[in-house]
Amino acid sequence: MQNIYLGIILAPLMGALIAGLFGRKIGRSGAHWITIIGVATAFLLSLIVLRHHVLSGAAPYNGSIYTWMIVEGIRLEVGFLVDNLTAIMMATVTFVSLMVHIYTIGYMHDDDGYQRFFSYIALFTFAMLMLVMSNNFLQLFFGWEAVGLVSYLLIGFWYKRESAIFANMKAFLVNRVGDFGFLLGIAAVLMAFNSLDYADVFAAAPLMASMTVQIIPGADWSLMTVTCILLFIGAMGKSAQVPLHVWLPDSMEGPTPISALIHAATMVTAGIFMVARMSPLFELSPTALSVVLVIGSITALFMGFLGIVQNDIKRVIAYSTLSQLGYMTVALGVSAYSAAIFHLMTHAFFKALLFLGAGSVIIAMHHEQDIRKMGGLWKYMPITWVTFLLGTLALIGTPGFAGFYSKDSIIEAVHASQIPGAGFAYFAVMLGVFVTSLYSFRLYFLVFHGKERMDHHTQEHLHETPAVVTVPLILLAIPSVVIGAMTIEPLLFGEVFKGVIMVTPEHNVLEHLAEHFHGAMNFALHGLTGLPFILVLAGFGSAWYLYMARPDVPERIRQLAAPVYDILDNKYYFDQFYQRFFARGSCETGTVLWKYVDAGLIDGLLVNGTARWVGWVAAVTRHLQSGYLYHYAFAMIIGLLILLTWFVTR
Amino acid sequence: MNFVAPDFMPVVPELFVLTMACLLLVIDVFLEQRQRYITYGVAQLTLLGAALLTLVTYAHAPVTTMFGHYIKDAMGDLLKIFIYLSSAAVFLYSRDYLRRRDLFKGEYYVLGLFGVLGMMIMVSAHSLLSVYLGLELLSLSLYALVAMDRDSPVASEAAMKYFVLGSLASGMLLYGISMIYGATGSVDLQVVSDAVARQGADNLVLVFGLVFLVVGLSFKLGAVPFHMWLPDVYQGAPTSVTLYIGSAPKLAAFALMMRVLVDGLGTLQGDWQQMLIILSVLSIALGNLVAIVQTNIKRMLAYSTISHVGFLLLGILAGSPEGYAAAMFYAIVYVLMAVGAFGMVIMLGRTGFEVENIDDFKGLNDRSPWLAFLMLVIMMSMAGVPFMAGFYAKWMVLQAVVNIGLVWLALFGVVFSVIGAFYYLRVVKCLYFDKPEQSEPIHISLDTEIAISANGLLLVALGLYPTALMTWCATALLN
Repeated sequence: MQNIYLGIILAPLMGALIAGLFGRKIGRSGAHWITIIGVATAFLLSLIVLRHHVLSGAAPYNGSIYTWMIVEGIRLEVGFLVDNLTAIMMATVTFVSLMVHIYTIGYMHDDDGYQRFFSYIALFTFAMLMLVMSNNFLQLFFGWEAVGLVSYLLIGFWYKRESAIFANMKAFLVNRVGDFGFLLGIAAVLMAFNSLDYADVFAAAPLMASMTVQIIPGADWSLMTVTCILLFIGAMGKSAQVPLHVWLPDSMEGPTPISALIHAATMVTAGIFMVARMSPLFELSPTALSVVLVIGSITALFMGFLGIVQNDIKRVIAYSTLSQLGYMTVALGVSAYSAAIFHLMTHAFFKALLFLGAGSVIIAMHHEQDIRKMGGLWKYMPITWVTFLLGTLALIGTPGFAGFYSKDSIIEAVHASQIPGAGFAYFAVMLGVFVTSLYSFRLYFLVFHGKERMDHHTQEHLHETPAVVTVPLILLAIPSVVIGAMTIEPLLFGEVFKGVIMVTPEHNVLEHLAEHFHGAMNFALHGLTGLPFILVLAGFGSAWYLYMARPDVPERIRQLAAPVYDILDNKYYFDQFYQRFFARGSCETGTVLWKYVDAGLIDGLLVNGTARWVGWVAAVTRHLQSGYLYHYAFAMIIGLLILLTWFVTR
Repeated sequence: MNFVAPDFMPVVPELFVLTMACLLLVIDVFLEQRQRYITYGVAQLTLLGAALLTLVTYAHAPVTTMFGHYIKDAMGDLLKIFIYLSSAAVFLYSRDYLRRRDLFKGEYYVLGLFGVLGMMIMVSAHSLLSVYLGLELLSLSLYALVAMDRDSPVASEAAMKYFVLGSLASGMLLYGISMIYGATGSVDLQVVSDAVARQGADNLVLVFGLVFLVVGLSFKLGAVPFHMWLPDVYQGAPTSVTLYIGSAPKLAAFALMMRVLVDGLGTLQGDWQQMLIILSVLSIALGNLVAIVQTNIKRMLAYSTISHVGFLLLGILAGSPEGYAAAMFYAIVYVLMAVGAFGMVIMLGRTGFEVENIDDFKGLNDRSPWLAFLMLVIMMSMAGVPFMAGFYAKWMVLQAVVNIGLVWLALFGVVFSVIGAFYYLRVVKCLYFDKPEQSEPIHISLDTEIAISANGLLLVALGLYPTALMTWCATALLN
């Protein structure tokens, strides 16, 4: 098996390297073939791994494949931990990545950076796999930073656009905040356990549960709480949780396939995956779990509101992604880790579908992204229309669709949970269902139905996108519909995550759910009468009324509730606040540092000073290095004498 | 008086090299200039044969012979293997250079082999006499090699300086040996060690002898302030000879330090540790600082050598098994880097043009991306960038120093390796970011190109898998 794991990692890397380094030589089709073959290989091998572990129930593999060095007993190495959690992540990542690769052929068809793009996305696949397959914190961090790097490169893919550069700088800086916390968390783990290996750390964790640490003298904090919250800060950055969410909507400056792959389906879920992987640590700190829960519910609800007022097709979906990430985080907070992973998986499929569908619309609309200038597209692009509708139904949680199973499980889990904050979280996720339904159908109606608001020229050229675009849509639509019903039982109530995800008995909310679970079919039928479905219908109804029946009403509501609208339109003023306070503050601090510290101290004293000093030393030595033999001999004798006197007079 | 024949088995590699060198001297007389490649081939075969003999008889437990003057142990054998290896690379890299410069003569190879023999004796010396014997055999070969290009005034000047200063250093060494002999009554390192253990560090004669010994050895290594010959000789000598001086002899000098200071005078560790601290601090500082202002690549590499010697000394002065292993690793890696760097300098030359200045590397990436990449690897490794062999070597010696409590010394080393990174990176800048000043294509014979590629890639491989060589060094030092 070890060779298969290695093959999964190396195939996309090879593709990325060849497409990146020899892109000019192998040409455009060479670049897409080599990367697609690499990722397809990884996908097929991942399926073998999935069968081996999840279906045949093989024991987890945990082994190191390369040790760089051992420092003070800490091993710096590359190793794989492959269990059911990893296998599911690997299959999901490689599948979505493969779809996006194929789709890109169509989407980036006329772009100059074609080879570069393929090289990046294959490299991303490699990095993401390194992240999920890691068996130690160091490699996790490597993968974490590597996916961040590729994300940064891809947001700024069109590096001549000012807004793209601004967005990638923003993503980079915000992620730095998260990664700093993450790094501190890893440092805390290293300090407490003196090991970076998952197995060692998880085995030793229960013994550390009551240990405290003094960061501020006099205040004893639980070590586990500090560690977990620091790690979670990393997850907040990567998985875009409030208040570190601001980079994700802006990341839509990148090409749409990237929004689907990195900023919806895979990379942003790395934080969720990481917390699930660290469940043995998080379970030891109810405080940390509460923090996770509250942050998640805030994100789930308040980011959903913002989706309602956006007019850019990709941004609506981006806010929807934020909100759904909030749902996953909520699931983590109530210790329903498997529900979080379940939602992660279903979300990966339907959100990738929605983004790629949006991309298909964008291609057809000649890169117009404003939904106010669309409408009535259903008759021009039937495949996109139907698949987009399926994605929307999955997202809002229509009973029977994939999203329903995962989202309803989360809601039920929150309902059953007793930990502080669960009450608020229940309210948030419940209301979130209505909001999700509202913005999703608003988007759907404005794009595909109603009056055709595009200009005449665009309208004439509207037609369905080519097969490389629509085939991935169809292939993603299938799991978006059926994957939930197929996998809910083994994932949530079966043995799949036994021994992988650890839940203490008093937190085990999924057990409550299991008591009432009688098959996927029953679950869906029961869902038809549940409160969430009523909210879904309410959302659908509101959207229909506002955007189909009476399109003049939204404008009037906006005027009536101007202050609320302003807050939403300005995204709760997060951006302005960060811009004024952190960005400008940093700039001003930077100016001060530059003027006084940099120009004065460093340039003046250290750099030029050192240069002068080096020059002086060199001049003196050059003088000594005169070329005269007797000078040299003299220096030797002097050296000898100094050493002698040193030891004799000692 | 009965003469008991010593056991010749352990010295078979030395005997082989000696025989072949003498044979080569005779063969070469009967060869015409165009058949000179036979001399070259025989020299390479000699090294190969010696390597095979050493490998076959690889010592797993130390054996002394020649009435206690000679020891064959794992450390010696390991170092010898790398001496053969780097000497073979030296012979290969310099072949085309010598041909270009009309220096393709049998003497180069004969003297080279005698030098190798000298190094082998140094590495396996078990008495102060054999230490001196090996050292002089090597030195005399080197003096002659430097002067080989008789028509070149700089080379003659360099040879003269090297000879006079070398004699001075030899004199000091010999003086030190005589004092040690006076204090202990023997030149056998085992006997010396026992006697010193009995007398302790209070015997002033011993300490005097120690100082003289350290000075003599430092001269060989090129530690400040006994380094003055190094830049002038490196620059003045034909590059093929610089390549030779800069590589394998450092391994022999390291072995010499280990034999004399650790095996012989281990009890005086407290004393020589302080001396080595002074020498290493001065070497690291001066080497790195002065290298910055050099424009001549050979001179820059000379100062870089001085700083590397300082780091090497850090490992020895730590006085712990891990320190010795780290220093040994450092010495081996250094030799691989030096062979590569000087080899690169040689290879970029052509008829009527030799690389002298750092500027001659400008835009190498446009002319030959692969060679530029190899040079990048070598420079990065010298600077100590992670995932290169040089990083691990530096790391290990610094760790050894930290473990004996000399944190300030480690910090000093780190700061100066940062300063030192400047001049290595300047070469990298020349390689990749400057426009080439020459457009002539670079011609390198296939075997040379394969060797330099292997050389560069070995540095990466050792950076990625340092533990293999490190374990070998550590186990070799244990027995």
